[in-house]
Amino acid sequence: MGIEMNNVDVKDGVDADTVEAVRALSSTYKYGWNTEIEMEYAPKGLSEDIVRLISSKNNEPEWMLDWRLSAYRRWLELKEPNWAMVDYPSIDFQDQYYYARPKSMVEKPKSLDDVDPKLLETYKKLGIPLKEQALLAGVEAPEGERKVAVDAVFDSVSVGTTFQAELKKAGVIFCSFSEAVKDYPELVKKYLGSVVPVSDNYYATLNSAVFSDGSFVYIPEGVRCPMELSTYFRINAENTGQFERTLIIADKGSYVSYLEGCTAPKRDVAQLHAAVVELVILDDAEIKYSTVQNWYPGDENGKGGIYNFVTKRADCRGNRSKVMWTQVETGSAVTWKYPSCILRGNESQGEFYSIAIANNMQQADTGTKMVHLGKNTKSRIVSKGISAGKAQNTYRGLVSMHPKAKDSRNFTQCDSLLIGDKCGAHTVPYIEVKNNSSRVEHEATTSKVDDDQLFYCRSRGMGEEDAVALVVNGFCKEVLQALPMEFAMEAQQLVAISLEGSVG
Amino acid sequence: MLEIKNLHVQLEEEDKKILKGVNLSLDPGKVHAIMGPNGSGKSTLSYVLSGKKGYEVTSGSAHLEGNDLLVMDPEERAAAGLFLAFQYPVEIPGVGNMTFLRSAVNSQRKLRGEPEMTAGDFLKAVRDKAKHLKIDSDMLKRPVNVGFSGGEKKRNEILQMAMLEPKMCILDETDSGLDVDAMKLVAEGVNALRDKKRTFLVITHYQRLLDHIKPDIVHIMAAGRIIKSGGPELALEVENNGYAKLLEESS
Ligand SMILES: Nc1ncnc2c1ncn2[C@@H]1O[C@H](COP(=O)(O)OP(=O)(O)OP(=O)(O)O)[C@@H](O)[C@H]1O
Ligand SMILES: [Mg+2]
Repeated sequence: MGIEMNNVDVKDGVDADTVEAVRALSSTYKYGWNTEIEMEYAPKGLSEDIVRLISSKNNEPEWMLDWRLSAYRRWLELKEPNWAMVDYPSIDFQDQYYYARPKSMVEKPKSLDDVDPKLLETYKKLGIPLKEQALLAGVEAPEGERKVAVDAVFDSVSVGTTFQAELKKAGVIFCSFSEAVKDYPELVKKYLGSVVPVSDNYYATLNSAVFSDGSFVYIPEGVRCPMELSTYFRINAENTGQFERTLIIADKGSYVSYLEGCTAPKRDVAQLHAAVVELVILDDAEIKYSTVQNWYPGDENGKGGIYNFVTKRADCRGNRSKVMWTQVETGSAVTWKYPSCILRGNESQGEFYSIAIANNMQQADTGTKMVHLGKNTKSRIVSKGISAGKAQNTYRGLVSMHPKAKDSRNFTQCDSLLIGDKCGAHTVPYIEVKNNSSRVEHEATTSKVDDDQLFYCRSRGMGEEDAVALVVNGFCKEVLQALPMEFAMEAQQLVAISLEGSVG
Repeated sequence: MLEIKNLHVQLEEEDKKILKGVNLSLDPGKVHAIMGPNGSGKSTLSYVLSGKKGYEVTSGSAHLEGNDLLVMDPEERAAAGLFLAFQYPVEIPGVGNMTFLRSAVNSQRKLRGEPEMTAGDFLKAVRDKAKHLKIDSDMLKRPVNVGFSGGEKKRNEILQMAMLEPKMCILDETDSGLDVDAMKLVAEGVNALRDKKRTFLVITHYQRLLDHIKPDIVHIMAAGRIIKSGGPELALEVENNGYAKLLEESS
């Protein structure tokens, strides 16, 4: 990769405007600022001692530490996977910090009012006010009906969680992962690692050893969660990896919609983010999990950015259980992410809606796995990949129908859109059908942003970038529609912003 | 309103000359028609005026109200009041017709430094104009031109024109593909917009459109040039005798 390229030579034939447009792009990442705040770090590098230190920082019980240590020992035996269509300098796991928390968080604040104003200011600036009001990302909720509870994770710790009391009245538990370990050990013990086992894959195993915090949700039987829940992840510290863990349990007949957002400052050195998300869905329950991933993507030459290696999986354990993953992936230098559905219960359903945008030097290898185990299970995959600049975008998806998954169905639609001729789109479907009553349908298309469409828009008065954004948003429509309303609007704007400078 | 002088245009990619010295002078409030054989350069002229890529102007000029069109971006030309109803309107999957229209109206306003149209005013205006063109609310919700019949696409172009209220309207074969009733609707749509300040350039092959939209001047284009201009009777002559005689005269 061309990493050290600060001065772009202006070649003959490349007009200055184009170069300027490309340069300007590196300034379009809106969340690239940094919060000046006193931090406490664990020593650099990874060892058993660091694992113990993280555990003790969280005041964890013995069983949690043992769990981490066994993960760490397992990790030492694993090899970094290389099958994905991504190419990055190898990560020196000893050259980074695994734990960083603001000094003001050493003593966990008793309430949101006691949180360091600098941290509150940070989230406010990100459009995530940590106040108990019905607002998200500056979008006003109609008639104050829609409230969103937020768990705010800053580097290695959760800063605070809003609306906890109100949720508790409904029986819903929504707290940081570290609190859950202390306050709800039985639930954590029962479900942690039950969807993504410790030894699942290299990054999940690493996460199991060193995860620092994250969010925990439990929706009791028959409860429809009275508001949207969300976690906002912010990486601020330099040379620090973020390893968080999310565990959501939807008990019988319950429902929850959960949103996840993430950003990071601009840094010249790439940073690692390796998260694990486990969803457990029991009989007749439903989880909607939406992500708007906007980690710093690196500059136009591929310098810096987040390496995003994430394991997300939903276990539809109960009969007639449902999960819907919706993701808008616009950020990160490297994305390696396959939110999956294990359709174990009979008549369970999994859906995956994805928009993955890769511009400049970004690389995305993302998709899903639909593993049909139960009878009459259904899955649907709608993937929209957009590549611009010199980016590479791969859809990788597995659909597997097991012998017992009789009469099951999958429908996959996988569309790629190219902007310019230096980028690439790849589709890698894996399909296994081991019974003869199930059906799998796969449709794939690749198209280019059509000059005639752009000219049509421009002849009606839209600027070139607005025209691209409009056409691309149209291309992504089915996925945008799957998002909760507030997120859909944010995502539309994000699509436009991440493609700035991709034409002309 | 629109002054075209000695316009020469060739393709950017290959050495093919399409327009070979077009001269046209259109005054405010007038309706001009252009007729001419297939491939004579009528659509090319409309594309070059609206700023489509792929064409190179080798000499000549085009000014809209004294402003040099050829140096402007397509969106600036639109904001300056130029509108082209396309011969082949483009489909944009996933983008609602209404969203597109609103984006067009407000983009132009923004470029002109005017305030955006409020959602309420916009809706009212669209509904009203759509009704006159017999465009139902379903068509307003559907993605731009996707799955529209030929005639529906053309009516949709006129709806855009009605919403954008341009000063200089170019209609490229808006009548082709229309049934008799739709043709009347479109003509009414155009006539409703006719006023002292607005100018039309109507490209067509058929006299029947000109029965409804009465032109002030008719031009005949052949092989990249205007070979004859005259009154409405010129269109009738073409209708009755074809182009052979006119072509002979000019060569
Ligand atoms: N992009 C292009 N590439 C190749 N040839 C082109 C291109 N654009 C126009 N031409 C050619 O230029 C000539 C004029 O085309 P144009 O579409 O302007 O004709 P027209 O008068 O509008 O015809 P019609 O009545 O059939 O619509 C034709 O020979 C056409 O093939
Ligand atoms: Mg034509």
